[in-house]
Amino acid sequence: MSESPSKSLQFRTRAIHVGNEVDPQTGAVVPPIHLASTFRQPGAGKWGEFDYSRSGNPTRSGLQRTLASLEGGCGALAFSSGMAAIHGVTMLLESGQHVVAGSDIYGGAYRLLHKICNRAGIEVTLVDMTDLDAVAAAIRPETKLLWGETIGNPLLTIPDLRGLSAIARSAGVLFGVDNTFGTPALVRPLEHGVDIVMHSATKYLGGHSDCLGGTLAVADEELFDRLYYVQNATGAVLDPLSSFLVSRGLKTLDLRVREQSRTAQQLAEWLEQHRQVKHVLYPGLPSHPQHLRAKEQFDGFGAMLCFELEGDFQQTARVCEATELFHLAVSLGAVESLIEQPASMSHASYDPADRERFGIRDGLIRLSVGLEAAADLQADLAQAIDRGMAG
Amino acid sequence: MDMEATSNTSANSTSGDSPAVPKRGMSTDSVHAGEQRQKPGDSITDPIFCASTFTFSSTADLLEYVEGRSEREEYGRYGNPNEKSVEGKLAALDAAEAAIVYSSGMAAIVGLLMAKLNAGDEIVFFDQCYHRSREFCAKHLARFGVVTRQVPTGDFAAMEAAINDKTKMLVSESPTNPHLTTIDLEQFAAIGKAHEVETLIDATLATPYNIRPIEWGVDYVLHSATKYMGGHNDLLAGAICGSEEKLESVRALRGILGGVNSPHNLYLLERGLKTFELRMQRHNENGQRVAEFLAGHPRVERVYYPGLPSHPSHEIAASQMLGFGGLITFEVADADWQAASRIVDAAKIPRIAPSLGGVESLIEQPLVMSYFNYSPADRQKFGITDNMIRLSCGIENSEDLIADLAQALQA
Repeated sequence: MSESPSKSLQFRTRAIHVGNEVDPQTGAVVPPIHLASTFRQPGAGKWGEFDYSRSGNPTRSGLQRTLASLEGGCGALAFSSGMAAIHGVTMLLESGQHVVAGSDIYGGAYRLLHKICNRAGIEVTLVDMTDLDAVAAAIRPETKLLWGETIGNPLLTIPDLRGLSAIARSAGVLFGVDNTFGTPALVRPLEHGVDIVMHSATKYLGGHSDCLGGTLAVADEELFDRLYYVQNATGAVLDPLSSFLVSRGLKTLDLRVREQSRTAQQLAEWLEQHRQVKHVLYPGLPSHPQHLRAKEQFDGFGAMLCFELEGDFQQTARVCEATELFHLAVSLGAVESLIEQPASMSHASYDPADRERFGIRDGLIRLSVGLEAAADLQADLAQAIDRGMAG
Repeated sequence: MDMEATSNTSANSTSGDSPAVPKRGMSTDSVHAGEQRQKPGDSITDPIFCASTFTFSSTADLLEYVEGRSEREEYGRYGNPNEKSVEGKLAALDAAEAAIVYSSGMAAIVGLLMAKLNAGDEIVFFDQCYHRSREFCAKHLARFGVVTRQVPTGDFAAMEAAINDKTKMLVSESPTNPHLTTIDLEQFAAIGKAHEVETLIDATLATPYNIRPIEWGVDYVLHSATKYMGGHNDLLAGAICGSEEKLESVRALRGILGGVNSPHNLYLLERGLKTFELRMQRHNENGQRVAEFLAGHPRVERVYYPGLPSHPSHEIAASQMLGFGGLITFEVADADWQAASRIVDAAKIPRIAPSLGGVESLIEQPLVMSYFNYSPADRQKFGITDNMIRLSCGIENSEDLIADLAQALQA
């Protein structure tokens, strides 16, 4: 396209075209992958658009432009992993400051806040992000960051983004959310007043389980500059090959997430009727505590679902091991369906007392629903539950 | 369900299963078929094996391989683990026993024809086809004493009349490029069987999502996997699908001629195939919607799209195909080639480029892109008109494509 497509284009069209402009030198329809670590400069003391790949790289830059467009932000940054992206946010903080975070955030974020940030004298309070009063009450004068997830992990709670934004704004606190489970195809938190939206691009954005990556997007130029400064100074940038793979993944993001969400809805409805399933957590089910909010805030309900078996730790582990299509693995969001037991895998880094407190019980199973045919996945789960529970 | 049943090139998605096991969904095969369940390093995705050669632990290990007691890799030109898994996936999608992957679609058709034909043999070709396939047969196979007989596309009587005791293969595309003519595959295969002549269909434009020619009795299926199979306009690849027995000599010749693909490319092809069904659903939907929009536009004189009742082969396409893909050819009313060019130039979303089948829409004028150096008489013979535009609909939102074409048609 000779001119950059305007914002009026729809999501999927922008995912394909923005940031993927034709290479002007060769006409290549897919931009080349720039592996260069450094760039030749126009003259001594004169700087071109790119100088050194940590500071900027054309392949990463293309991806960042796509992301900014999809999130509706002024800019985006790509990091070497989702954790590197969250770390980039926490590096805006200083000793003596305080963070309020959701009580069912990703285990790695929990670890960063409790075991790393604390060394710099930063304190953390965990609260139920669906309880606006509790969040407001937890904010102190030294609180500088409110951190949540658009869909909590693993309990799939849905916070009120506008309500939290208002609280953060009035308290002068930055509000950041991890939108990994939601994806920009289903929810764009910047539109709801959130300051920083973060993704583990390893998940739906890349979508094929074959690269690690993390992203931040913001709607405020000054905040972007501060985050860019941190990224450039600390160096956890996304490499060009992974940037290419994430860009390639984004082109089918909308198709993948919508199809995976459809399948997840079908599986959730089926599991809810299963006699050995105690309960199902899925935002698309009317039984989900924030179902109505999810319906209003999102364009779809996502492809993550949890269910609790009428079984103990061992039986639950056996069910996870008995699947033939679902792979037993942490991570999520890709074309291959994955199954895991949060208590022994993704949330093992929580203290046992916190696991119990936040409802991450031994019988809980988390599914990342992939692109396989829904009927095939349902048949696989049926046989795995039969075999695992019988053993 | 035994995932290992699909982990090598000789098994398709169903052949290893008992009849009681239902066929899996196409996306399930797209994601899993051809791949080992448990991979090296316990990776969830196939590692990229860049190795040019594969080591033997000892002479005894080597002897075991040389004497045919073990199956393994030897040298990259003869095979590679990335090639095996993507070939298994392609075979499963096409309901074929086996697939052979090449460095490009042209390398694939050349690989097949060079393996199957000898001096003095003849092939019969339907005349609407990719101009490079035609050129290879008419110019280069001819140098080796192979005679190519071209008959009008879809004229089965002419095809039968052209068959003689030297005929070894019947060749067609379906749908054809750029006229989108769909061939009755059942009849095509039946003629081949009746005359004991093998049949080849280039199904690049159809893809196995819309039709699996093997199920209609065709012997070989050709794909330029550069197009919908890879799907992202970022790799070249070709494939031939068929029975293990028929492909044995083809595979052996590829090992000698060396038109293999690279491990990096094969990985990208495998990755592209994971979203194959989703992309094809969208290409079909966009193709149909855009074709209908064009058919109703006053500046458009004619639209070639198998999903439109106005296409001469619509009936056969509708009866054999699930959908009709993203490629549309149309002719602009009262336009010379420069007027048609202005429309091509005014389009903002589709980019001007050859090729098709990727997520990005592409547009081109066959006269300028592929037939510029042909004489007007030859262009007329091949049905390439001055006012013809070929559009490959990507997977963008159809509303955006239609709005863009609406403004471009005012140029």
